[in-house]
Amino acid sequence: MLKHRVIPIVLLDGYSVLKTIQFSTRRNLGNPITVARIYNTRNVDELVLLDIDASKYGEKIDEFTISEVASECFMPLTVGGGLRTCEDISSVLAKGADKVVLNTVLLDKPEFVAESSQQFGAQCIVASVDVRKSGDGRYEVYSHAGRDFDTPLLDWIMELEELGAGELLLNSVENDGLMTGYDLNLIHMVAETVSIPVVAAGGLSSPSDAVSAVDNGAAAVAAASVFHFTDITPDDLKLEMKSSGLPVRI
Amino acid sequence: MRKKIGLMDYGMGNVLSVSKAFEFLGADVVLSSEPAELAKSDAVVLPGVGNFGDGMTELSKRSLDAFTLSWIESGKPFMGICLGLQLLMERSEEAPGLAGLGVFKGDTLKFPKSDLKVPHMGWNQVEIRPAGAGRFSGVPDGSHFYFVHSYYVKPDDDNVVACTCEYGIEFAAALSSGNVFATQFHPEKSQECGLSLLRNFLETIGD
Repeated sequence: MLKHRVIPIVLLDGYSVLKTIQFSTRRNLGNPITVARIYNTRNVDELVLLDIDASKYGEKIDEFTISEVASECFMPLTVGGGLRTCEDISSVLAKGADKVVLNTVLLDKPEFVAESSQQFGAQCIVASVDVRKSGDGRYEVYSHAGRDFDTPLLDWIMELEELGAGELLLNSVENDGLMTGYDLNLIHMVAETVSIPVVAAGGLSSPSDAVSAVDNGAAAVAAASVFHFTDITPDDLKLEMKSSGLPVRI
Repeated sequence: MRKKIGLMDYGMGNVLSVSKAFEFLGADVVLSSEPAELAKSDAVVLPGVGNFGDGMTELSKRSLDAFTLSWIESGKPFMGICLGLQLLMERSEEAPGLAGLGVFKGDTLKFPKSDLKVPHMGWNQVEIRPAGAGRFSGVPDGSHFYFVHSYYVKPDDDNVVACTCEYGIEFAAALSSGNVFATQFHPEKSQECGLSLLRNFLETIGD
């Protein structure tokens, strides 16, 4: 039986690690290689490296960082940030990535999911969806580029699945960095709507949040702040999940 | 003396991680698509991700099919990973009518239709069989390895199955016979357990 994964997310602003709160306030956390090395010793199930500035500046995630991380972290590595073409994807895979996260590019060009999924296999393509609540409490898809994106959330995720995304990385803008728990309604709604694995992100505060996310349909749980700023480790999450009867790799 | 791994480069997927893992364990890696170059190594590894038919075509384009067979015949250590395991079978449902390398008698089959998602992707546990005892030395039974595949191998001879895994059905997750070892999962992505397997493989190279 496949195991529920615990996935640390490492955000980059080009070359150093940072963590945001609600996608804005930033705290710098140093060298990505050092951070990745720590996660490697903690035996995590997968690592996500995301350059959150790449798209904004028309760049892509630094390949040297990927290959340095891949040189010593022998686990599945998922990377994203400014990847817009199949050539971009090929070159990060050649540096040791196993999967890629697509986000900004999809808002302009959703058909890129189909194109990349066909070429690299759906298992390689993770569609990232950032969600915020509008003034009247509805969920809407957040665009990093700051432009309007009107497709309703559920239509959007169904389209991504249909186009061939292998997995959804679901992040809540409001909960990002606050460590007040996941948006479980959001996770539940999204996981009910698609049949591809949903990776929950945004707000994990305690091991029990990981259990709740999986209970609400998440296939995997991702987090950043809680690992950067508290003494909770990925293993703490897994032990709690295991004691709740969820299959995990210990 | 540092051991030299010949890593077969035939355009099927990412080989960097395999290369980095062996280097991490202190071996030298020669990445090559030239039989003459690979022949200078102490052990040869056939990695690969992708379609069985493409894999056979790319191997034969470079005469790496004949090279693989003669290398294995010579008795020197050989390891296949993922597609590199499937290509060792006689045939595959993924490419009907096309002959595989036939190092192991038997087939590569598609996972039967079920509620379970294909590809089988993620961390799953293996049950070690007697044929895998040496290969898995130091790796506890029930250890987790990282899988990404839509097809699985079914050798005619059950005694070559080094370990099994369960995903809807029980299937062979690694085969071992004489100098040949091959895994369906990716040891280079399987953290400490994966590195232990690669270390054990390096130890099969004589000093």
